[in-house]
Amino acid sequence: MIKNFIPGALALIILALPGVGSAESVKIGFVTTLTTGAAVIGNDMRDAVNLAVEDLNGRMGDRDIEVIFADDGFKPETGKQVTDKLVKSDDVDFVAGYIWSHVLLASQKSVLNADKFLISVNAGPSQLAGKLCHRDFFSTSWQNDQTPMAMGAVLSQRGIGKLYVMAPNYAAGKNMVAGVERTFKGEIVGKDLTKWGKDAQLDFSAELATAKASGAEALFVFYPGKAGGAFMKQYEQAGLADKLPLYTVFTVDAISLPKLQQANMKAVLGSLTTGFWGPGLENPQNARFVEGFLKKYGRYPSFYAAQSYDSIFLINSAVESVGGNLQDRDGMRAAMEKADFPSVRGSFSYGANHFPIQNFYLLEVVADGNGNWTTEIRSTVFENHQDTYVADCDL
Amino acid sequence: MDSALVMIQVLNGLQLGVLLFLLAAGLTLVFGIMDFINLAHGAFYMLGAFICATLALWLDSFLLAVLLAVPLTFVIGVVVELGIARQLYQADHLEQILATFGLILIADTLVQMIWGPEGLTFALPEILNGQVRLFDDVEFPVYRILIISVGLLVALALYVVVSHTRIGMLIRAGASNRRMVQALGVDIRMLFTLVFAAGAAMAGLAGLMIAPITEASIGMGNEILIVAFVVIVIGGIGSVQGAFFGAMLVGLIDTLSRSFLDDFLRLFLSHQAAETSAPAISAMLIYILMAVILTFRPQGLFGARSS
Repeated sequence: MIKNFIPGALALIILALPGVGSAESVKIGFVTTLTTGAAVIGNDMRDAVNLAVEDLNGRMGDRDIEVIFADDGFKPETGKQVTDKLVKSDDVDFVAGYIWSHVLLASQKSVLNADKFLISVNAGPSQLAGKLCHRDFFSTSWQNDQTPMAMGAVLSQRGIGKLYVMAPNYAAGKNMVAGVERTFKGEIVGKDLTKWGKDAQLDFSAELATAKASGAEALFVFYPGKAGGAFMKQYEQAGLADKLPLYTVFTVDAISLPKLQQANMKAVLGSLTTGFWGPGLENPQNARFVEGFLKKYGRYPSFYAAQSYDSIFLINSAVESVGGNLQDRDGMRAAMEKADFPSVRGSFSYGANHFPIQNFYLLEVVADGNGNWTTEIRSTVFENHQDTYVADCDL
Repeated sequence: MDSALVMIQVLNGLQLGVLLFLLAAGLTLVFGIMDFINLAHGAFYMLGAFICATLALWLDSFLLAVLLAVPLTFVIGVVVELGIARQLYQADHLEQILATFGLILIADTLVQMIWGPEGLTFALPEILNGQVRLFDDVEFPVYRILIISVGLLVALALYVVVSHTRIGMLIRAGASNRRMVQALGVDIRMLFTLVFAAGAAMAGLAGLMIAPITEASIGMGNEILIVAFVVIVIGGIGSVQGAFFGAMLVGLIDTLSRSFLDDFLRLFLSHQAAETSAPAISAMLIYILMAVILTFRPQGLFGARSS
């Protein structure tokens, strides 16, 4: 008797457990990278999500907010596994997060086929903006090509004729290169796609030597996370700072800058980057976010953090609009399509593929009033810019 | 593709080669003499980098940091040998792999607990940060020349020790027939500790030399260790000479293929095809090399044992 009783009781308890909280709370699964060197990005995102939850007083439409963080280990297969767990075992209402395009591409089916909402907080692969677009998929970032397209336009405006391009060899790296090629009017004299992932190439000596010898007038790179810091150091050591001006996207940010400052890598000051957001962007929500983040964590938020903060407010707008009735998925979808929430980028609208139509700015690396290195907006490159893949999306 | 660029890329290849050698030398000796597969060898590479970065930030002197970090990794090597590795020599290879894989996880987590996930970086002294003009139009970073020089000096020192001293004789004897050395009454345990710790110190040296370039980060040793294993398989397990030539070969092939394979493939492929296939092929090239060498010389180029 006892023998049968114990497993039976256990099964009952296990069955009962998920029910305890889910009746009242909005469950959000948040997939990001919390191990490996890329954990710095994941931690920044987690901090921003926690801040957003705090700023909403932990409530969405009379329900408690429950965020479950999951680690993708910087690997598509792990990302898919933790996504499956969030969807099937934790039964979350929204799955948000995803830094890496290849991880998002591997995981998206698990969420969308289970009729859950998927919010990409960073990755914006061309596939999901085009052929694979889905009514339950939303982005609080950008499509990968857009930011480098803005950079290509800046390079052309500045009269640069010959460009050398470097990026990691994965989905987003290829999108970044495609983006800059689309708007840059000069000639691309060389291109390197370097090994990426857990054992990414971090020594760029061979590529930098080739770039230097190529006769290029400028160097465009995309190296997110820790590779960005490593790249900047070698760029300075190779003596390229005054020979081959550097233009980056997603490489010099609030994550790499404190470390570069600590190591006194002055070559980075004055270098240019493009983006949809900067900590100094003027609107009430951004002021609240940046001040709150600085106060709580004592450092500038990165754009990853900004997008994460937005994702929680986007979800909040959906939950509020249906009065907390999470079964009303059509209502929530319609609310999110309106993009009617306070965003750190100011007001924007969603395209048919649910990627933002938004401004892109030229940013310069400067030292702020307290001597901390940060990025400052210099000019607007694109106004209300929409990605090009939306044409392939039949929503 | 001018000669200046080829020359610079050869130097870059040599730099990668000496780093691989410093890592592979310890690995090959430990594997050859103790018959111990140490997957956690890369942890010393990582520890060397983190210790040196911390000391450099504290003391504000790169030189002092290096002078302290290398003996410190040696001491850590001694502790790990006495405390952990020694228990594993008698175990079979599968158990060694499992145990040392566990050590990797412990080391990575310890580093994350002590230094955080974001890694550490520090500035080089001004004098090492510049460029040096080698020929008319060949400029090369001073620091990378220093890495090559230090690496070659260590290689030379190791060669002298292994080939021309009594302890070196014991090491060579241990690599070719461990039991015979033991039977002759040599204190093999002492020798093991020494070799293990020296290997750790060399790995630490490699790690701290690369840290100012790529910064110290979690798991940095595991990434390069796979290549170091390729090096010792190519060179022949237990052979320091093999590790040296294997490392140089792998370093040069890896660097040169990364820089020139693209242009080479363009001779007979379309522009687009060359561009996409070159990174993939250059990543595979060292493994192809290993497979070819294993086919013709299963014991490696300088194999001490023909097992």
